[in-house]
Amino acid sequence: MFGKLDWSAIPFSQPLPLITSFVLILIVIGLLILVTVKKWWPYLWHEWITSVDHKRIGVMYCLLGILMLIRGFADAIMMRTQQAVAIESAGYLTPEHYNQIFTAHGTIMILFGAMPLVLGFMNYLVPLQLGVRDVAFPTFNSVGFWLTASGALLVNVSLFIGEFARTGWLPYPPLSETTYTPGVGVDYYLWAVQISGIGTLITGINIVTTILKMRCRGMSYLRMPVFCWTALASCLLIVATFPILTAALAMLTLDRYADWNYFTNTAGGNPMMFVNLVWAWGHPEVYILVLPAFGIFSEIFSTFSGKPLFGYRSMVAATLFICIVSMLVWLHHFFTMGAGPAVNTFFGISSSIIAVGTGVKIYNWIFTMYGGRVRFEVPMLWSLGFIFTFIIGGLTGVLLAVPPADFLTHNSMFLVAHFHNVIVGGVVFALFAGLEYWFPKVFGFGLHPTWGKAAFWCAFVGFWVTFAPLYVLGLLGMTRRLQHINIPEWGPWLYVSLAGVGILILGVISQLTQLVVSIRDRDKLRDVTGDPWDGRSLEWATPSPPPFFNFAVMPNVEGEEAYWGIKLRAVETQQLAPEPKYEAIEMPLHSSVGFFTAFFTSVFGFAMVWHIWWMAILALVLAFAGFVVFAWRDKHEFEVPAEEVARVDRARRMAREAFLARLGEQGAVP
Amino acid sequence: MSTSDSDPRLYENALEQTEDHAPGDEPPEEGSHWVRNANLGLGFSIVLTVAAFLLAGSDVIYEPAIPVALIVLAIAQMGVHLVFFLHITTGPDNTNNVLALAFGLLVVFVVVIGSVWIMSHLNQNMMPMDQLMKMQP
Ligand code: HEM
Ligand SMILES: [Cu+2]
Repeated sequence: MFGKLDWSAIPFSQPLPLITSFVLILIVIGLLILVTVKKWWPYLWHEWITSVDHKRIGVMYCLLGILMLIRGFADAIMMRTQQAVAIESAGYLTPEHYNQIFTAHGTIMILFGAMPLVLGFMNYLVPLQLGVRDVAFPTFNSVGFWLTASGALLVNVSLFIGEFARTGWLPYPPLSETTYTPGVGVDYYLWAVQISGIGTLITGINIVTTILKMRCRGMSYLRMPVFCWTALASCLLIVATFPILTAALAMLTLDRYADWNYFTNTAGGNPMMFVNLVWAWGHPEVYILVLPAFGIFSEIFSTFSGKPLFGYRSMVAATLFICIVSMLVWLHHFFTMGAGPAVNTFFGISSSIIAVGTGVKIYNWIFTMYGGRVRFEVPMLWSLGFIFTFIIGGLTGVLLAVPPADFLTHNSMFLVAHFHNVIVGGVVFALFAGLEYWFPKVFGFGLHPTWGKAAFWCAFVGFWVTFAPLYVLGLLGMTRRLQHINIPEWGPWLYVSLAGVGILILGVISQLTQLVVSIRDRDKLRDVTGDPWDGRSLEWATPSPPPFFNFAVMPNVEGEEAYWGIKLRAVETQQLAPEPKYEAIEMPLHSSVGFFTAFFTSVFGFAMVWHIWWMAILALVLAFAGFVVFAWRDKHEFEVPAEEVARVDRARRMAREAFLARLGEQGAVP
Repeated sequence: MSTSDSDPRLYENALEQTEDHAPGDEPPEEGSHWVRNANLGLGFSIVLTVAAFLLAGSDVIYEPAIPVALIVLAIAQMGVHLVFFLHITTGPDNTNNVLALAFGLLVVFVVVIGSVWIMSHLNQNMMPMDQLMKMQP
């Protein structure tokens, strides 16, 4: 009846996961009760869960990402503590548990932390920056988000029902085959990543279509903000390479469920093929993350330097160059597997060439600041920290891309330091910079700068104190993923690294405090104009927060830096453009199909993990039924009356006029 | 100023003249032309499919050449699908579709040819010891 599922799946004998599970379950139940008592359900259901508004979906993506970053950070604290105490002793985590933790950490941070945040930013910003009212397929968008959430749910369920994989975040066979890993851990991994992968693919298709097909009047390709270009490149990589991941994992699934032999060592299987395929996705994946991060920094550098981005066209060219070349380097992750000198040389050179595209970007950012009036606000601090950190991460990457050097450093702590250097210093710093920068746009009030600065300095210093010792340890010969350590000389470096984690914890606390303080002081931090940073792209033309239809009338773009031009004209003539004629707008209706489908997909994934076949079939049928019902509905839009549009837009114009008047009094000229 | 919503079709006049159309988003075409086009495609693809099955089991052509012939038929089949069903043309309103096709082909070639190259070297170098011994003269 319940397949492999019975009471032994609950980890009664292991206090750590059991206590964590209890606390988490209590928190969830508490939240559910709170929402019920406060009667928030209708609001949550109508305004968020079933929303197809790209801005709401973007915010939900970011929320999911932040929750998962915190979960992944908890794993990281446990790992650093374990390695610091397990020097010539067993530490407090068993090998089985430790291996689950590093696997969960990698999977969660990349696929359920960083990816949702990056997708959330693209969802929120791309339509606003292109001057349109939504993405190309709004309901599809909601399906994509909820499928990603469903994958995240499965990973977290594995904490209290069963176990997670112990194979590392890319489950290499033959270890991940049933012969060596008979438990449900790898199955949880497979279904969670498969389901969220489909969600990611959906969002990728959506953003590509939006950018290619839905720009406002006058928004030609070479007038798009750089963030849109990087979003396009990143989503093209999603569309091109996520299917490879899906195929590789599907083959591993068949090996595990149907005793096939794609990647076994027997019967003609070949485990090396999995490594090859998974990295053909895996390397582009890191650029899927980092390209939008580059986009975020580009926006921030030009805004806070008060100058157009230096070398806009070279920035676009470098983005597309990286997009293509990043698909030609994947072998650098397995130089040591034995492909030999000819193959290794090719991929060593192609990997180093990527650094050229990145170098172009770094110089462009530096030249953007050169001669500008630089304002050292919090987003700019993150960006400067990024330049410093990312250059070093990129350089160690180029070092790893030299095959003979990689034979010494592969799978050592040096590698661990490299990729954290680029992912934390590149992607995570960008996400925090972006949260700080666009928060007033999204919620209508800014974040408290003092706490933001504290958070930045803790993260920056904490990052280096944590990861610089790992470079040293790698060169001393320490390999990655060690559950205990037999060489006492490594101890001091591990202690320093643990101290760094302490500083990072202070950073996280500062971030959370910043949020709480800002919500408390929201009236003081209110953004009344909709343009708090003196921005240059179209999202700053809307009020904060933007109305659900984004623009009362579609903008007409007449040059690069769409909003800057409009703003200059208003300041010069001391008045806004004449009031347009408002017309009614059609907007897509909310839909529960995304939530419905993802709910049953989660049930399907869970049932497959535990081999509960009847439940899996039933859930799949129901998930599909959701689509069918949706396809048959005949009303899918509603009309926003012209008066409502006019009311919202007149409020925006009043705020802008007041702002213009204030500028005039100060005698400010651009 | 248009009152467009999220339906891309309504954006037509918001885009430049050179912009193209998504599949299914073409300017209205005569019904009869469309049907003729689809039927023609159906006919071609049936002929190509039947030909493949007949060839495989016959001795009309030199036997070792049969795989090559099948590959040729398969490529022709793809062409028919692209032209008649997916409406890929060389017209100026089709740049996105052609570019998307080129990008897809590039990715497939990179991954397939790259994998074949890598795997052949790996299999060569990482051969199990007993097989390696057999290869020694
Ligand atoms: C300047 C460009 C870069 C070069 C030349 C480069 C090179 C490399 C090489 C050769 C490896 C494999 C080392 C080994 O396994 O022995 C590697 C690993 C890695 N890199 Fe980079 N890298 C670069 C930038 C990046 C960026 C921008 C990111 C992420 C945003 C990134 C993320 C990673 C990750 C996650 C791994 C390790 C994955 C694992 O083994 O679990 N790298 N890099
Ligand atoms: Cu790589």
